[in-house]
Amino acid sequence: MTYETVPAPLQQRKPEKTATWIAGVVVFLACWFLIYGQLVPFSNWLTSQLPISRDSHTYEAASFFFYDTPKVLMLLTLVVFAMGVVRSFFSPERTRALLAGRAEGIGNIAAAVLGVFTPFCSCSAVPLFVGFVSAGVPLGITFSFLIAAPMVNEVALGLLFALVGWQVALTYLAFGLGVAIVSGWVIGRLHLEDWLEDWVRNVRSTAADLTSASLTPVDRIKAGIEAVKDIVGKVWLWIIAGIAAGAFIHGYVPSELLTSIMGRESWWSVPAAVLLGVPMYSNAAGIIPVVEALLGKGAALGTVLAFMMSVIALSVPEMIILRKVLSLKLIAVFVTVVALGILAVGFLFNFIF
Amino acid sequence: MKDIKVLGPGCKRCQQTEDMVKAEAARLGIDVKVEKVTDYAEIAGYGIASTPGIVIDGKVVHAGGLPKSEDLTTWLAA
Repeated sequence: MTYETVPAPLQQRKPEKTATWIAGVVVFLACWFLIYGQLVPFSNWLTSQLPISRDSHTYEAASFFFYDTPKVLMLLTLVVFAMGVVRSFFSPERTRALLAGRAEGIGNIAAAVLGVFTPFCSCSAVPLFVGFVSAGVPLGITFSFLIAAPMVNEVALGLLFALVGWQVALTYLAFGLGVAIVSGWVIGRLHLEDWLEDWVRNVRSTAADLTSASLTPVDRIKAGIEAVKDIVGKVWLWIIAGIAAGAFIHGYVPSELLTSIMGRESWWSVPAAVLLGVPMYSNAAGIIPVVEALLGKGAALGTVLAFMMSVIALSVPEMIILRKVLSLKLIAVFVTVVALGILAVGFLFNFIF
Repeated sequence: MKDIKVLGPGCKRCQQTEDMVKAEAARLGIDVKVEKVTDYAEIAGYGIASTPGIVIDGKVVHAGGLPKSEDLTTWLAA
C-alpha cells in the first residue's frame, strides 16, 4: 500500500454545484436591488435623526454623505464583481501574446482596450512592463497599455456611470482610451528604446507556456467574489474620504466661487487642474465623489475630467515604481505626453459642451 | 526534492504564495526547497508578466494572483 500518500487527483475534487452558485448570485442581485431602491428614504431618515437644522450647510453636507456612502459602496461591489468575472477571461500573459509584434496604430488601440479588461495592479507594473517589452511588445504599445490600465478601469467607469450619468462615463471611456492610444503612439514614434534602463534591454525571455487549467463557471464567480474582497477591501477608506471631501464641497463651497475658478470662462483652469492632479494621488474610487460634487456646483466638465485623469493616470508613486525600468528622461517624456493629452481632452470638452 | 521558486518583488501576495507553497508541501509530506526571487530581471527572465509566479523544477506553473490550493496540490504531487 504505497499509494496512500498520493494526494487526491483532479477527478476527486469535491464536485461543486454550479446551479447552487448561480442561484446564490441571483438571490444576491435581487437583495441588492431591493436594498438599493430604499437608499433615499433610508438616508433621509438617518439625516433627520441628527440634531442639525434642516437649512444649514451641515445638513446639506451630512445628507450628501449619508446618501452617497452606501450608494457608492453598493455600486462598487456590483461593478467590481461583474468585472472580476469578466477579467477571469483575461490575463497579462494572454494579453501580451496578443500584442507581441503588433504594428503600431492597431497595436496601440488593441493595447488600450485590453488595458481596460486585463487584471492589473500597480504593484505588478514593473514585471508587466519588462515582461511585455522583453517578449517583443513594442515600447509605444506597452505604454498604451500602461496608461489605459489604471485610468480607464471598472471602478472609474462604474462610479461615473452611477453618480454622474452614462453620457459622462462613455465620454470618459472614449477620451481615456484616446489619450492612451495617442500618447503610446507618440512615444512609439519617438523611438526611445535607448532610454530604458540597461538591464531591461538585456532581459531576453521566452514567454512562459502556462497551461492553465480552464476555469469553470463556479471558478469565475469565485474570481468575482475575490475581486470584491480585494478591491472593495482596499478602496473603501478612499471612498469615504472622497465622499467626505465631496460632502464638504456640496455643503460649504459656494457655487459662485467654483464657477469662477473652474467654470468654462476661465481657460487657465484646465492646465491648473492637470498640474494640481499630478502630485495628488488617489484612485478612481476616491476622486469620483469629488467629481460629482464639483460638477453639481457648476464646475466645467472638461476641467473636472482633466483633473480626474491627471490624479489617476499621473501619480508620483507610480513614477517611482517605473523609475526602476525607465530612465528619468523617459519618465519626463511619458508625463509630458500624457499631460498634453489630458489637456487636450479638457479643452475639447469645455469647447464642445 | 523539489526545487521551488516563488517569483515576486515582495508584495503581500508573494509572501502569501510562499506560505501556501510551504504549508501544502508540509501537508503532503513532500521535501521541497523554496526560494524567493525578488530581482526584476530574473523574474522577467522566466517569461511571466504578472506576479506572484511559481516555478517548480525550472518550469513556470503559475503567474498572477494567489494560486488555487487544489492546483498547488496537483503541481506539487506531479
